[in-house]
Amino acid sequence: MQPFRYQRVADVAEAVTVLAEAPRGAFLGGGTNLVDLMRLGVATPDLLVDVRRLTSDRIEELAGGGMRIGAAVSNSDLAADRRIRQRYPALSEAVLSGASGQLRNVATTGGNLLQRTRCVYFQNVTTGCNKREPGSGCSAIEGYHRELAILGASPACVATHPSDMAVAMAALDAVVRTHGPDGQRAIPVTELHRLPGEQPEWDTILRHGELITAVELPPLGFAANSRFRKVRDRASYAFALVSVAAALDLAGSVVRDVRLALGGVAHKPWRATKAEEMLRGGPATAEHFRAAAEAELADARPLPGNAFKVPLARNVIVATLLDLTEAAR
Amino acid sequence: MDAEVTLRVNGLRHQLVVDTRTSLLDALRERLGITSPKKGCDHGQCGACTVLLDGRRAISCLALAVAHDGAEVTTADGLADGDDLHPVQRAFIEHDAFQCGFCTPGQIMSAVGMLHEVEAGWPSAATGDPLVERVALDEDEIRERMSGNLCRCGAYANIVPAIAQVVS
Repeated sequence: MQPFRYQRVADVAEAVTVLAEAPRGAFLGGGTNLVDLMRLGVATPDLLVDVRRLTSDRIEELAGGGMRIGAAVSNSDLAADRRIRQRYPALSEAVLSGASGQLRNVATTGGNLLQRTRCVYFQNVTTGCNKREPGSGCSAIEGYHRELAILGASPACVATHPSDMAVAMAALDAVVRTHGPDGQRAIPVTELHRLPGEQPEWDTILRHGELITAVELPPLGFAANSRFRKVRDRASYAFALVSVAAALDLAGSVVRDVRLALGGVAHKPWRATKAEEMLRGGPATAEHFRAAAEAELADARPLPGNAFKVPLARNVIVATLLDLTEAAR
Repeated sequence: MDAEVTLRVNGLRHQLVVDTRTSLLDALRERLGITSPKKGCDHGQCGACTVLLDGRRAISCLALAVAHDGAEVTTADGLADGDDLHPVQRAFIEHDAFQCGFCTPGQIMSAVGMLHEVEAGWPSAATGDPLVERVALDEDEIRERMSGNLCRCGAYANIVPAIAQVVS
């Protein structure tokens, strides 16, 4: 691991100022991904500014409904919160499906959103990777495809975003609050992460020195009927091959409203807007769910080693929506 | 670059100067001679380094010592009260819940932390009803909640009943 300075600061404003002046510095939250990347030689910050105790570690009610999750709230506390379990069960389920108990106790909400891809070529400094080292090529495209993207990838990068939590947040219209050198802003989770394009080194639209301070969930009554479903290579403690977060509102046997997002398929949590559009106002039947899933996945461009993800994603979407249909009755 | 940290480990206060790169695991093992937390993968994947950090189970290999200045740490060798073993330790012995023993201190600390979580009513991915008040810790629940602790000898067949015994 490269040597680095470690610094504690008084508040968020000071953290932002200190990091803005340190181009090779990084914020440290729970460290469960960053410290690993530093040990692997993938991340080489020369300064860590500890922000774990700077942002709120509480989950609060917002005036007008909705909830605010402080960036320092641990994954465990988020998943266990009774209000979250009741009003946004897909979010609790998503968090519980990721990592392990002892990692969730340390990992933070802000850090979970900003974790890096687990693409094996990104994590291995002996292979080329445009995300790790721009211009060094993508070893994954000619390599092992199982975990890679099927939607929105580019010739420069086919990595997937690893977070389960972010998939549920994308489905639930969550908004990230940030504090950066240019002030504060609110960013929908669906717009926080980028598609790789020509610049896969940028995972998100955040600027250097911009800190996530909270995530806000807007009120969404029918999110009480929401689920997160994850398919992976072992029953627990593995990243998603495909995951689905969905919330469903029925009027009789017709879909009144729906939220749908996919994980494990793209460089960002994939909000399935095409499928949602087709589902709204349509019948809550397996046939229609399948047609909507196929419409969303029509743009999929799988690699030879991950073509299975297309029917898998379709089937998990249908199964999740059928579960929610059953639960709504 | 050096930094001074204070750790309270198994009730004893230690003050030490560490390189900022030092993990909590290395501080415990190499600097304080507390070797019950094991270095398995050093990447947070195997759970052999699990300790209680401020009362909660945590991976000590991905925790920087400098970021946990002032923390309260409990390791497997600090669990017993003199010769009186912790119920989880006794259950592991009674069920022969290990073979080589390398993962055992991490398994035990993880089980201790996990049982606190169950007591607090935390759900898991194996919990059917998200709003359940009291989790019934059946085999599926134990396996899911302990999935962050790998055992290459495959002693799971005895680890699961050992933990189940503590619950009953």
